[in-house]
Amino acid sequence: MDTPKVNPKEQEYISAKSYLLETSTESGYNLYDHLSTCLTKILDERPENVYDIFEDISKDTKRAKFTSNVDTVLDKTDPSTEVALAQVQRKLFARGDGEDAEQDPEDDAETPLPNLMELAFYFEQAGVGLNREEVIRTWMALKTLVDTHNLQHVRFWGKIFGTEQNYYVAEVEYREGDEEQEEEEEEAEEQQDEDQTEKEEGEEGEEEAEEDDTPKPDFKPPPVVPKEDKAGPNKKTYFVCNDPGKPWNKLPAVTPAQLSTARSIKKFLTGRLDAPVVSYPPFPGNESNYLRAQIARISAGTHISPLGFYQFDEEEEEEEEGEGRDNFVENLDFEGIPVKELTDPSLSNWVHHVQHILPQGRCVWWNPVQKNEDEFEDEEEEEEREEPDEPEPETGPPLLTPLSEDNEIANMPPWTAKLSSNLIPQYAIACINSNLWPGAHAFATGKKFENVYIGWGHKYSQDNYSPPSVPNVMEEFPSGPEITEAEDPTPEEEAALRAARQEAAEAAEDMEEAEEEGSDED
Amino acid sequence: MDQCELHLSIDYVGSSGIILSPEQKAALQTSLVILQSENKFKKVYFWGKILGIKDDYFIAQGTGKDEMTERRTFYSKDCVRWGLLPPATKPMREQSKLAKGRFTGDPSFEFEHVETKKVGDGEDATEEEETITIKEEDRLASVVADIDEEVKIVPRSAFVKTPTGQVVPNRSFEGLTVSEAAKLCSYMHFREPKLLLEKTLLQKANLDKSIDFMDTLEDDIPKGSWSLQFERGSGLMSLRSTLWLGFVFYHVPGTRKFGSVYVGTGEKNSDLPFML
Repeated sequence: MDTPKVNPKEQEYISAKSYLLETSTESGYNLYDHLSTCLTKILDERPENVYDIFEDISKDTKRAKFTSNVDTVLDKTDPSTEVALAQVQRKLFARGDGEDAEQDPEDDAETPLPNLMELAFYFEQAGVGLNREEVIRTWMALKTLVDTHNLQHVRFWGKIFGTEQNYYVAEVEYREGDEEQEEEEEEAEEQQDEDQTEKEEGEEGEEEAEEDDTPKPDFKPPPVVPKEDKAGPNKKTYFVCNDPGKPWNKLPAVTPAQLSTARSIKKFLTGRLDAPVVSYPPFPGNESNYLRAQIARISAGTHISPLGFYQFDEEEEEEEEGEGRDNFVENLDFEGIPVKELTDPSLSNWVHHVQHILPQGRCVWWNPVQKNEDEFEDEEEEEEREEPDEPEPETGPPLLTPLSEDNEIANMPPWTAKLSSNLIPQYAIACINSNLWPGAHAFATGKKFENVYIGWGHKYSQDNYSPPSVPNVMEEFPSGPEITEAEDPTPEEEAALRAARQEAAEAAEDMEEAEEEGSDED
Repeated sequence: MDQCELHLSIDYVGSSGIILSPEQKAALQTSLVILQSENKFKKVYFWGKILGIKDDYFIAQGTGKDEMTERRTFYSKDCVRWGLLPPATKPMREQSKLAKGRFTGDPSFEFEHVETKKVGDGEDATEEEETITIKEEDRLASVVADIDEEVKIVPRSAFVKTPTGQVVPNRSFEGLTVSEAAKLCSYMHFREPKLLLEKTLLQKANLDKSIDFMDTLEDDIPKGSWSLQFERGSGLMSLRSTLWLGFVFYHVPGTRKFGSVYVGTGEKNSDLPFML
């Protein structure tokens, strides 16, 4: 039987095809099918520059073979964090049930909620601020804050970045008397806890005292500067949250010690309010206290308003003339300052409306010595001690001081004022950025103005931060002749001393002898 | 961030406090297109903004085919007229580190740095003062180069190295998954590798040569020099540098969208070790 004569060309073709049809031992597919799938795909889809992307098509086709069409695992995905956050934020969008929905629009007019979107619009002209969506979310979060607390005044203070999470800060003022109520409730709860812990501590303390009597150092810490309640840096209350929709946390009142320590440290915030602040000098409190201190410092340094928007209350003027006045009222006759004058580099048309914080950590200076006098412990001693160090009262610029009085930062103006637009200046607004606290901005147009802070919460300094040096080591013993090391005498000195002693001894002997002789004579 | 998607992508960094005013956005979209065509760039990126005391500098970068090496930087004060920045040479970068303080906003301003040098040996030593002047334009170029070198990052596998050594965008990059996006090792410094060369063969065994040709962020010192956060749940990843405060990188997991922008004073945060 003779085999049918095959054309050698055809033979070659057949052998090549059979080679291509060879199934891969690893994946179980052959190249022939793969190429035909790829080419079908290319001819169907007709992409541009096929030559360049052929590898990708081949890869995609290969990859498609591995995915199974029925996936039982994928159907049961865990809700991602995205979904979890959306669930939280959905509450913001929920309209009040029943009663609230029927609320008259007139009631809304009295709400302390600011028109955040309008303010954000102006800030956007100035090129600062946040996303519009984010502003809406924050706005709604502020609304829930207004609904749950009885507030007189609410402001979006700004946003502070942390390394893990960010803080949205709301500045509020309670209606009179309402804060006390809330605080009392909180304190009542806290006290219960404290009482328990105190009892435990007290017991432990007694036991320790019995066991061993450790020597007590006679170091007396300097008197603690009392904090200002409802005044100075604690005039307003601050709430923070990590994401709009998450619960608002009230920040504790700031103490002067925290303020003055915050000045000498520079730390990143983490975003967790209970995180410890590891620093030197040690910070008294955790991150919530540090955050509150930074907020107080930023507010004192950067909250500004156009000249004449606020004025001192004329009735109170006489009473408080001696000390710095800390109250002001809105000037109803304020007409607005032309934008051109607001952006004037002298900046005399802007004033600070938050009190300057003194180095002591208070806005009104407190005399540490005064307190000692009231104690009447030992009058004579007290007087002696007081005379040498009568402290000089610290003073700062009074309230509503124009920005032109601000100190320069190393030949650099502390503020930069700009028009929002150079192309259409007649409709531009005035915006002003702080160079001392990068991230603090303010705008003004007509009768409207607002301050906002968006940044890391650190003060600008031209030089690198260097932590304060450790204090000198305490003296262990008072230095005196008993414990001072004397130089050893040289051999010559020793010889001289010995000779002198000998001489003295001999002289004494002579004397004795002479005396003895004398007595014999008697 | 890419010029053609600027109006969309600028929203991704809005939560870091970086926004452009509508006027600036409009101006940039006009002028960057012209910049691209006049200089025959393949792509033009909006690089960011350096805040000066009197004026701010807007920075844009145009790239050729190889995005890593063929790069030119432009600056503008009004978002319309762009001027070419001189390439930052090594002595220029060394010198501009001596300049202290904020940028003024005037490119011809000169910073002065007084350096005291000791001349002579032993008792004859006298102190001589030498004043170095640094032009603001040169300092600007150096700072942009420094930021590019130290913090410019891309997601892993967003760029590939071709056998010819060119670095081109990877067309089959489909974004990082959420779990990948949460790790610092998924992001790479967009520069010639420095630390990769020091790795042992064993460490390099699992690396893909065409993808892992750059240093990852994981090896950065100190450990806290990046702050990685998810926003909108896991819908947007933003990575902020704490070394150059104001540098923000964003990536939408699962998509090809990524980019970075710097808006800051142009000063490196040398206090970082104290602040962590």
